[in-house]
Amino acid sequence: MSIQVRIPSPLRKLTKDEEVVTVEGSSIADVLANLDAAFPGLVERICDEEGNVRRFVNIFVNDEDIRFLQEKQTPVKAGDEISIVPAIAGG
Amino acid sequence: MGCLFRPLSKRFHTMSAQQTFFSNLKCRECGRLSPKEAIHICEFDFGPLEAAYDYDLIARHISREIIAARPETMWRYRELLPIDGAPTVGQQVGFTPLVRADRLAAKLGVDELYIKNDTVNYPTLSFKDRVVSVALSRARELGFQVVACASTGNLANSVAANAAAAGLTSYVLIPADLERSKVVGSLVYGTQVIGIHGAYDQVNRLCSEIAGKYGWGFVNVNLRPYYAEGSKSMGFEIAEQLGWKLPRHTVIPMASGSLLTKIHKAYKEFIRVGILDEAPFSVHGAQATGCSPISAAQKKGTDLVKPEPKPRTIVKSLAIGTPADGYYAIRTMNETGGSAEDCSDDEVIEGIRLLAEYAGIFAETAGGVTVACARKLIESGKIPRNESIVLCITGHGLKTQEAIHDRCGEPRLINPSLREFEALIANDAAVLNPA
Repeated sequence: MSIQVRIPSPLRKLTKDEEVVTVEGSSIADVLANLDAAFPGLVERICDEEGNVRRFVNIFVNDEDIRFLQEKQTPVKAGDEISIVPAIAGG
Repeated sequence: MGCLFRPLSKRFHTMSAQQTFFSNLKCRECGRLSPKEAIHICEFDFGPLEAAYDYDLIARHISREIIAARPETMWRYRELLPIDGAPTVGQQVGFTPLVRADRLAAKLGVDELYIKNDTVNYPTLSFKDRVVSVALSRARELGFQVVACASTGNLANSVAANAAAAGLTSYVLIPADLERSKVVGSLVYGTQVIGIHGAYDQVNRLCSEIAGKYGWGFVNVNLRPYYAEGSKSMGFEIAEQLGWKLPRHTVIPMASGSLLTKIHKAYKEFIRVGILDEAPFSVHGAQATGCSPISAAQKKGTDLVKPEPKPRTIVKSLAIGTPADGYYAIRTMNETGGSAEDCSDDEVIEGIRLLAEYAGIFAETAGGVTVACARKLIESGKIPRNESIVLCITGHGLKTQEAIHDRCGEPRLINPSLREFEALIANDAAVLNPA
């Protein structure tokens, strides 16, 4: 299934300035693996050495944070949009 | 209110010859350096970036005497703030009163209690004027003409006001259900106010995407490393106003957790550059129970902050479900022997009333959180009653009147008649027990 992934600006050097890329996958874990194959080095920015999503990274499927779904096992389907968003402060 | 009306001559700023003491941005996770541009995360591991300073050089340039001779604004600590030249926005911000609150101390059963009163910060009556002053001064240095923010209200007010004064175009994005006073307190400055149907975290996420797309200076996104450092000035002021010493305990409200980490950083920096001697101090964090991801994690003994998907509290200024600095706030509390606490909305109201009735300070809901949580920390023994305590009160109560308007009674109404007045007060304590 083709899934659109929105790339945050700090990572666009690795996607040749593409803001949205399309990869295959049926779960977040699949999508991340295929992202790494297409854009080497991208996933190591998002995940730590054990493969866990870094503390300061939020991944959304449509509008839901995967922490409130099934983390990396969260299923995705054609038409879903994934966003990778760095944590930010404010108030 | 004295700080609002200090003579201009006392607030005009003079600069040292050495204009900047910060060289780079540094990743708080991996330590890699980045150029001091409009970026906020490390491109290698997404860790947050913060300003790196040459502390040895700073130590040779400042002293208590040099600082004390400067104008009474947050910019008297200029060497420890991350801009290159002289501040161009918010030069009058800061140096709010540190009030010794003996009546409130007696009520809470402690010996030495102070209120750091940022309800009278200039110009928008919250501590956010500190961070915005730095962020917009830096935004100008970086060449931005449009500035923006995601906000729970206070930041929006401050960006709107300071951008107006500086002649910058501003956009503020807020949850659509904010307190009316905070909405009006942004609209009045002619800023572009965008209400988002969603919680603050959704607003923040949208802003992150907008910042990347439009190249605006988002104070809490791509200008965050500069913005966040402005909070340190609250800590510097507390130490100076206490007579160049640290309070043993500081109680700080937490939304993203940034303010707590920066007050801690301020204390450590003053020690590092020789302004203060080493001394033990603890920082404690306060949240509303309806949105308490940091407090919940700290109490559980973990630094893994579980986001709160649906904040439910009257304390909208602290309702950040995914606190970006939660991990660091917990680490800071633990390192200093501090604790986190949280309180119900009813306790928030009690806290507001206590501060008003016993210290004469009307705080917004976040101030109620700080007072209520301090009380719990004192009663549980986590803050000993015989040690000095500073409560950080970060915003004015007029901004969140909705929270309290039906909880502090109504005026008693009479006609303009002495007879009616005498009948009305006949049973008042002031009449029954005249001094």
